[in-house]
Amino acid sequence: MANKINGMVEKRGSGLWLTHVFMVFGVLIIFFPIWLAFVASTVTQPEIVKPPMPLWPGDQLWENYSKALVSGINVPVSTMLVNSFVMAISIAVGKIIISLLSAFAIVYFRFPGRNFFFWMIFLTLMLPVEVRIVPTYEVVASFGMLNSYSGLIFPLIASATATFLFRQFFLTIPDELAEASRVDGASPMRFFWDIVLPMSRTNIAALFVILFIYGWNQYLWPLLITTEPEMNTIVMGIKQMFPSGDDVADWPVIMATSILAMIPPVIVVVGMQRLFIRGLVDSEK
Amino acid sequence: MNQRVTFRGWWLPILLIAPQVIISAVFFFYPAGQAIWQSLFIPDPFGLSSVFVGLGNFEFLFSDKFYRASFVTTAVFSILVTLCSMIPALFLAVMADRLIKGSGTYRTMLIWPYAVAPAIAGVLWLFMFNTRVGVVSWYLGQLGYDWNHVLNGGEAMGLVVVASAWGRISYNFLFFLAALQAVPRSVIEAAAIDGARFWKRFWTVVLPLLSPTAFFLLVVNIVYSFFETFGVIHTITSGGPQQSTTILVYKVFADGFVGQDLGSSAAQSVILLFVVGLLTIIQFKYIEKKVHY
Repeated sequence: MANKINGMVEKRGSGLWLTHVFMVFGVLIIFFPIWLAFVASTVTQPEIVKPPMPLWPGDQLWENYSKALVSGINVPVSTMLVNSFVMAISIAVGKIIISLLSAFAIVYFRFPGRNFFFWMIFLTLMLPVEVRIVPTYEVVASFGMLNSYSGLIFPLIASATATFLFRQFFLTIPDELAEASRVDGASPMRFFWDIVLPMSRTNIAALFVILFIYGWNQYLWPLLITTEPEMNTIVMGIKQMFPSGDDVADWPVIMATSILAMIPPVIVVVGMQRLFIRGLVDSEK
Repeated sequence: MNQRVTFRGWWLPILLIAPQVIISAVFFFYPAGQAIWQSLFIPDPFGLSSVFVGLGNFEFLFSDKFYRASFVTTAVFSILVTLCSMIPALFLAVMADRLIKGSGTYRTMLIWPYAVAPAIAGVLWLFMFNTRVGVVSWYLGQLGYDWNHVLNGGEAMGLVVVASAWGRISYNFLFFLAALQAVPRSVIEAAAIDGARFWKRFWTVVLPLLSPTAFFLLVVNIVYSFFETFGVIHTITSGGPQQSTTILVYKVFADGFVGQDLGSSAAQSVILLFVVGLLTIIQFKYIEKKVHY
């Protein structure tokens, strides 16, 4: 990709600088909301409530962020960050394990009910949590899982998408490998552990990136089932930081929290860009 | 599917598939079944008993002007979000594709918003347009435009659309850029030899080749604006003013959890189930077509 051959196609000249101008302009517009949030997280409350607020960072970065992390508004933001990490990582790891196992069963075995289970998993694609919120909430409540990690995690952990992705991938593993390990008398789980799992490494990593962000960015579900501030996740907790009446919101702390809430997923996306793009394209197509 | 080598035994695969099946049954199928069941009843105000009303809840919904308005709101909202996220993304992708050097840097910058949760995006945009402290609304005020999305339904809609479309620009950009880079150079060169300039080539050669990607993104973005924008709306407008930004998913939440009208909320869930089903079928029809070419 780096050295596309130009041939007859003009790639240089008058159009090029204009292209850069457009791109820079686009990036600036797209970036502006994040920049503004960052600036707001480094200035004092009086600077914000007397508009227009400055567009260049101030010197209150340490004060605002430590205030958010240590005391927060309802609950320290550090607590919410821990909750978000537990939720996002458990959802990602859980989905990957469950999907690997079920895809392995579907591809490498013929057992009674195989088609039935396959379609059952397929149908869950059509049941996003948003359309079954009230009854799912009742189920979770009847298990006594409100305000608990298991309540945050389990209802979101079954993923038809990941199962299909692994199924597609397993179908590309050469038959000879399974044949050989069967001839060698290896057990199915040995084959899974020694051959299938190592071969799936890249897929697992790519999926992890996508699923981590999915879990981290959940909003509606944590909003419903975590009524205690100690169990809030950071993404849903921000809305709780706004005062309910006519009081002025503590914008510097809220904006510092917004920045803290986006740092982990941004690091994952930007740092693992290639895996992320691969995971995105694979899991959607 | 060709004949594959398989292992013998049936208890092991059942054991392997059990976790997913059990979770799906408990947290997906049982609640969905409950939603269908509840949609046929009206519970009394104390939740002690409920009366079977058949399709009464549905009849009531479709005669309810707020629910019909919510359908229109959802349609307007999802069309606007889709357009506002796909057009800038396509433009940026075309620009990035023209660059030999530096497109990677731009890409890194442009994928940031994808990582930002819809609810956080809502907070960021709310901050910019806040009637008291917002920078953008303040400058608009200086220009003589009195921005107030708290009272003005049209402005509220505009704000939730932009905040929802913002993160999707990254997503669409990545898919468009990948599709553009997959366009065979030979095709472009042939058009160039025939004397077609850049934009002429774009309209006549490149765009038709992008149409499968564009269609895919169209469906995915509609699904997104239907189901994943709850966070944006909840943080910015809470469905107001006067329900002008109450999309269907928001209404299920508002009627079920805030209004405690369980029968109606369940009936709305069932209607949404049909919508998801329809969208999923369209999506798979498309994938099937793509696999066979």
